[in-house]
Amino acid sequence: MTDTPIIMREQQYQRILTVLGKLRHDSMSRVVFLVDKNGQQIAVQGEINNLDTTSLASLAAGNVAATGGMAQLIGEKEFPTLSHEGERESIHICIIGRTLLVVVFDDRSSLGLIKLRVKQASRELAQLFAEVEEESKKPREEDDVFAGITDEDIDSLFN
Amino acid sequence: MTFINYASREINCKIVYYGPGLCGKTTNLQYIYDSTAPGAKGKLISLATETDRTLFFDFMPLDLGTVRGFKTRFHLYTVPGQVFYDASRKLILKGVDGVVFVADSQEERMDANIESLYNLEENLQANGYDLMKIPYVLQVNKRDLPNVVPVEDLIAELRRKDEVAHEAVASTGIGVFDTLKSVAKLVLTELRKS
Repeated sequence: MTDTPIIMREQQYQRILTVLGKLRHDSMSRVVFLVDKNGQQIAVQGEINNLDTTSLASLAAGNVAATGGMAQLIGEKEFPTLSHEGERESIHICIIGRTLLVVVFDDRSSLGLIKLRVKQASRELAQLFAEVEEESKKPREEDDVFAGITDEDIDSLFN
Repeated sequence: MTFINYASREINCKIVYYGPGLCGKTTNLQYIYDSTAPGAKGKLISLATETDRTLFFDFMPLDLGTVRGFKTRFHLYTVPGQVFYDASRKLILKGVDGVVFVADSQEERMDANIESLYNLEENLQANGYDLMKIPYVLQVNKRDLPNVVPVEDLIAELRRKDEVAHEAVASTGIGVFDTLKSVAKLVLTELRKS
């Protein structure tokens, strides 16, 4: 027994990218990610260059999970936002339902501006991701591709 | 929780290596990392103590190839094995798609194996999963050491259902990819069913 898979359709993905792109522009940040709470990267916008986005997504989720655990120990449900300020680069993380919005920014922006813009974007992202979850429960014909996976397909991955 | 992205044509799955302290979970990941072509893997992240004991988790993304036009990417995690890191272990099991239990074959670690297996069942339950239903593989590691429990006794003691059991020496790679292949196969089979 595992969770129902989350299925991201092309159109929903493009809408999420649009929101992230606007957030990145309005907040003057470097990179904006949407990550699920289990550490899987959903979408990213910005100056990625050599940034290891997969590792960053996993560590952001670990970070939120650890601070969430601490929150519960002191009687809080969770800490909805986390900020880490460095000398040049900083990270702001905001929990939106079962996803995390991760913003990487430098001295071209400020934590105040980031928080303001994140708050505005998070409502839209929450709504979009709720749609993604709802749609994931309604299989489409194109999903038959997974039912058609054969043992040979799986074996071929290891050859 | 499997994540399917039609835009990037990717299937992402999460596999967790569980087991008692020093059983070889990190060694499994390290061997996979060292033996995989650079293009098929991301960085191996180890959140470890100064004495190289896992503090929170190890993580590496691994691309196995393409199935039906979708890139299959497995996110491999280990948990910290030491008893007092239980809160961290519970967190890492969130969203898991498949579990590998790495048992230490040495006689003196038998109790630790059993305790860790109970702990796995409890922590899976706490996250809403059932060991009897989740894709699950048993690996009996350190078969090269002199003081090991006979493999059939070890498997009889630790087997919870009809799971595949692999003998392994993770430090030299014996059984490492067989284990990974078994659990990946179960996860993809589960995806096919769902």
